[in-house]
Amino acid sequence: MKTLATLAVATVMAAGPALADLVFPDLSYRTGPYAAGGIPFSDGYQDYMTLLNQRDGGIGGVEVRVVECETAYNTERGVECYESTKGEGALVYQPLSTGITYQLIPRATADGIPLHTMGYGRTSASNGTVFSHVFNYPANYWDAASVIINQLLEENGGSLEGKTITLLYHNSAYGREPIRTLETLSEMHGFELSQLAVDHPGQEQGNQWLTIRRERPDYVIMWGWGVMNQVAIQEAANIRFPMENFIGNWWAGAEHDVEPAGMDANGYRALNMNVLGDLPVFDEIQEHVIDAGLAAGDGTNLGSVLYTRGMYAAMLAAEAARTAQEIHGVADIDASMMRDGMEALVMTNARMEELGMPGIGPEFTVTCEDHGGSGMARMQQWNAEAGEWVTLTDFIAPDDSVTDPLVAEDSAAFAAENNIELRCNES
Amino acid sequence: MPEQLVFAMEVTLNGLMTGVMYSLVALGFVLIFKASGIFNYAQGVMALFAAMTLVGIQDGRVPFAHIINEVLGTDIHYFGWEVPALLAILLTVLVMIGFALFVQKFIFRHLVGQEPIILFMATIGLAYFLEGVSDLMWGSEIRNLDVGLPQGINDTIDQVTFEIFGYGFFIDNLDLWATGIAAVLVAGLIAYAQYTKNGRAMRAVADDHQAALSVGISLNYVWILVWSLAGIVALVAGIMWGSKSGVQFSLSLIALKALPVLMLGGFTSIPGAIVGGLIIGVGEALFEFSIGPLIGGATENWFAYVLALVFLVFRPQGLFGEKIIERV
Repeated sequence: MKTLATLAVATVMAAGPALADLVFPDLSYRTGPYAAGGIPFSDGYQDYMTLLNQRDGGIGGVEVRVVECETAYNTERGVECYESTKGEGALVYQPLSTGITYQLIPRATADGIPLHTMGYGRTSASNGTVFSHVFNYPANYWDAASVIINQLLEENGGSLEGKTITLLYHNSAYGREPIRTLETLSEMHGFELSQLAVDHPGQEQGNQWLTIRRERPDYVIMWGWGVMNQVAIQEAANIRFPMENFIGNWWAGAEHDVEPAGMDANGYRALNMNVLGDLPVFDEIQEHVIDAGLAAGDGTNLGSVLYTRGMYAAMLAAEAARTAQEIHGVADIDASMMRDGMEALVMTNARMEELGMPGIGPEFTVTCEDHGGSGMARMQQWNAEAGEWVTLTDFIAPDDSVTDPLVAEDSAAFAAENNIELRCNES
Repeated sequence: MPEQLVFAMEVTLNGLMTGVMYSLVALGFVLIFKASGIFNYAQGVMALFAAMTLVGIQDGRVPFAHIINEVLGTDIHYFGWEVPALLAILLTVLVMIGFALFVQKFIFRHLVGQEPIILFMATIGLAYFLEGVSDLMWGSEIRNLDVGLPQGINDTIDQVTFEIFGYGFFIDNLDLWATGIAAVLVAGLIAYAQYTKNGRAMRAVADDHQAALSVGISLNYVWILVWSLAGIVALVAGIMWGSKSGVQFSLSLIALKALPVLMLGGFTSIPGAIVGGLIIGVGEALFEFSIGPLIGGATENWFAYVLALVFLVFRPQGLFGEKIIERV
């Protein structure tokens, strides 16, 4: 009997997760209508983690283990993925979906596991005094809206008075995020804002583009994802809307968004929260991961916009884990320590260069109060002939005087609804 | 003429064009339902599969390349040639006929005489199976589809309407082509059903498959025939929709727009699929134009179903469907 019990315990131990792993779940979507965006992001995320294992032996000497779970960009499945993987010792979740993020915020906070919603999710989560376990550095949607308007101000001699801007948005929690900021900016700068919603998945936009053709706005800003982006760019070309006045956010600026429209997409602009181009780290991924047959995909996405962003997300997670190891003096960190590491993360140009990603994103420092990073983004433009994105600007700062009060107001409302005691009191 | 009326005319015309695109999808459903009583849930995925296959053949891609490379340790993705659009379409038609043979041989031949709900559930399984096969065969990335169809505003219509109304209407050249192709397709299908031996066999099976069997018509053959025709219709729908957005997974979701068309036009009528599509297309476009801005827009998806439900209340069999009277 004793032998049986010993065997049972040994079996359970063997079946359980290895204690020395640093577990990074990857809630990916390689199937469904949004797979074209989900695949390169996930490939980039996983390949960077594999690089750390192959080249450095993990983070701080501890191997990284990526647990992939397919969400198909479906909120219910995303929550199921979270519930089924959190017991593996998950350090941080990156749902890559605003809908899933909204569902995970209360759960992850209760479980003590941090969320990193990089450039998506609940914007006001950048207020660390309310959202202890949610981080959306280096930028959020309201920053993106403000950056676009700042760029348009720059191009229009500092005034958008009398201009008309249409927001074409995915009719979802994600697509509706920038409305409030743009309404505030519209009052502040005197431009007229109109809004056009596009239902999931976005295959049909004929009516929306007829409206745009009738109203002839000066600019169209797009908050799209998936097929909505490709259809919108084609429809814009069909009605001969000037492409340089059609601007997407950073989830509407990948190669696959513009390529189906061919030469018609030339001149379309979009934001990007990270740089493009040949980064030294790509050579290392090629050597240690792709050539070694360890890539998450077939290696063809290396260097694309969303691959680079997924890799950037992985790098930020790894750097936060490293920071946590330093803070707590242990290599085998848990989710609570990871959260501390994320809250103390400092990204400098020197460090990014050291990692083989010079200037991949803006410099920023995360604090107890500020989980949102610098909020800066670049503007890029599609060159259809060359088949590549061209970076037009340096990192552009958002207007914090607009976004900060909105963040404060929204997060205060969330805190009141959920009886959250504010953190970060220095005493 | 009041400006709003002119705009409404433009919206109506575009709604008609969109309706034709819906009809293209609905036609595939009608063909199979009429001949076999099967509501083919996989019709949308068939459109995706057909379009993916077409692009794959055109680009000279190696099907199942990832699996082949994984098993054999090779790194082959392309054959190294490109296939002209017309030949690629013909080859894709052959693939869809092969698919029809597969479906009949391995699924529906074994389900003859089963309840409609069983057949329907089999098509749900088929949809997921085909979705997976499509991914394995050609990958999940967005593929550019170019079979030479023109896209963009039709300048003639723009100029003519500008001279008449003082406002040039937008009509997409691709939609005009879709309308022409749909007209040819419907005329062809009707002629095929009326004037060919196979067509008469299809109609006989549709009317009473037991009576058709008793006079020597092969049920197996007719079902392969209708699944092949539905595959060809799916290919046409895939080409039209794929030209707008690139070929990607969301093509399979266009089947959702065919449902209200079928509810409205009837599940057994080819003209019904066309008329139903036109009514849905125009109805949802005008609703979005007139009421949409007042209620936040994006009304197309749900309004199509509301419109179909209203019709159902007054005519449950649809506009052109056969009224089924079951006596106890």
